[in-house]
Amino acid sequence: MIHARGLSRRFGRKRALDRVDLDLPEGGFLLVTGPNGSGKTTLLRLCAGLLVPTGGVLEVGAERGEIGFLGHDPLVYRGLTARENLELYGRLYRVPERRERSGMLLERFGLWEARNERVGSYSRGMLQRLSLCRALLHDPRLLLLDEPFNALDAAGAELLERELAERRATAIVATHDPDRVAHLATARLVLA
Amino acid sequence: MNYAGDVAALLRKDLLLELRARETLPAMALFVIAALTVFHFALPAGSSDLAAQGLLWIAILFTALLGLSRAFVSEREQGVLDGLVLAPCDRSAIWLAKTLSVLSFLVIVEAIALPAFGLFFSAVSLRTVAAVALADVGLCTVGTLLAAMAVTSRTRELLLPLLFLPLALPIVVGGVGASVAEDGGRYLGFLAVYDLVFAIISWASFEYVVAE
Repeated sequence: MIHARGLSRRFGRKRALDRVDLDLPEGGFLLVTGPNGSGKTTLLRLCAGLLVPTGGVLEVGAERGEIGFLGHDPLVYRGLTARENLELYGRLYRVPERRERSGMLLERFGLWEARNERVGSYSRGMLQRLSLCRALLHDPRLLLLDEPFNALDAAGAELLERELAERRATAIVATHDPDRVAHLATARLVLA
Repeated sequence: MNYAGDVAALLRKDLLLELRARETLPAMALFVIAALTVFHFALPAGSSDLAAQGLLWIAILFTALLGLSRAFVSEREQGVLDGLVLAPCDRSAIWLAKTLSVLSFLVIVEAIALPAFGLFFSAVSLRTVAAVALADVGLCTVGTLLAAMAVTSRTRELLLPLLFLPLALPIVVGGVGASVAEDGGRYLGFLAVYDLVFAIISWASFEYVVAE
């Protein structure tokens, strides 16, 4: 699914990612760890196609619309409600029965009661739950999750663990809390 | 069908956000009225109508710039553009919906500005109204593309006017010409051609602007 050789990315003079080799087969689960600034976010953005490599080779076997991306930003409109956000994404990501699917995810992630509230009034944890709903909405073949446990309470973290365990999608998860998903990982990458 | 539906959904979202936040439209309306008021007092008594027509076009140009500078604020705030770019829909739908939303704000503001101009200076001719309508299309098509280019830059407040004003110059030339020249129809034709050419260029190049 993902093949990289000597993958590098620079921002001006700063080297954000330096010669990374990577092979992740379909259905694989790659756990990425490393200190702040080691290039975890850059790696995920490269795999999503949001950045272009400045060196090396990267092949990703998933197209736009097949990738579920969770970044540092929630990627939702603050002025819309959770339901409106998911239905807009559902339309753009060609999700069949998007209303039902949105409702099901909002219920699963404990946001059903707050579904008609504007996202601007959400707590950080609720925003993270909504971001996960958004990333999973179109049942992606490839999941790219950057610090998915950030701001989640214990119940939310358990929910996400269960979701990842049940899913068969190929996944790359970058986290400072590797113990939570270490048992799911089929490969590990430590960035320095 | 999908394309039109995507544009409609994105446009509806922009209008809904503005209806709830009321951030852009009131600012544009206040700006254009304030600008016309300042021009009214700045223009010496006995000045010609020609000079006043020029001021109308300056007011329209900078009001459009104000709207364009806010066009992608809601996308920038929460990184939403990444989510839109990753969607399998045609990316030009994002540009078209945003162009239509800025255009609708500009038209609403001009519905206030043109009567105000008539009050402060002189009545607006039908040919000027037609020129303003054509100019709006050009300003919004080019401006939305440039706003998308500027939005990811740290110097976006500086970058957008620097890119936009030179490209908007032909619109000002065409608009003023249509308003004051005897053969104003020629200038209306020029504005229509500008709209068509830049709409096609903007539509076709948006894909590359939002991709890194």
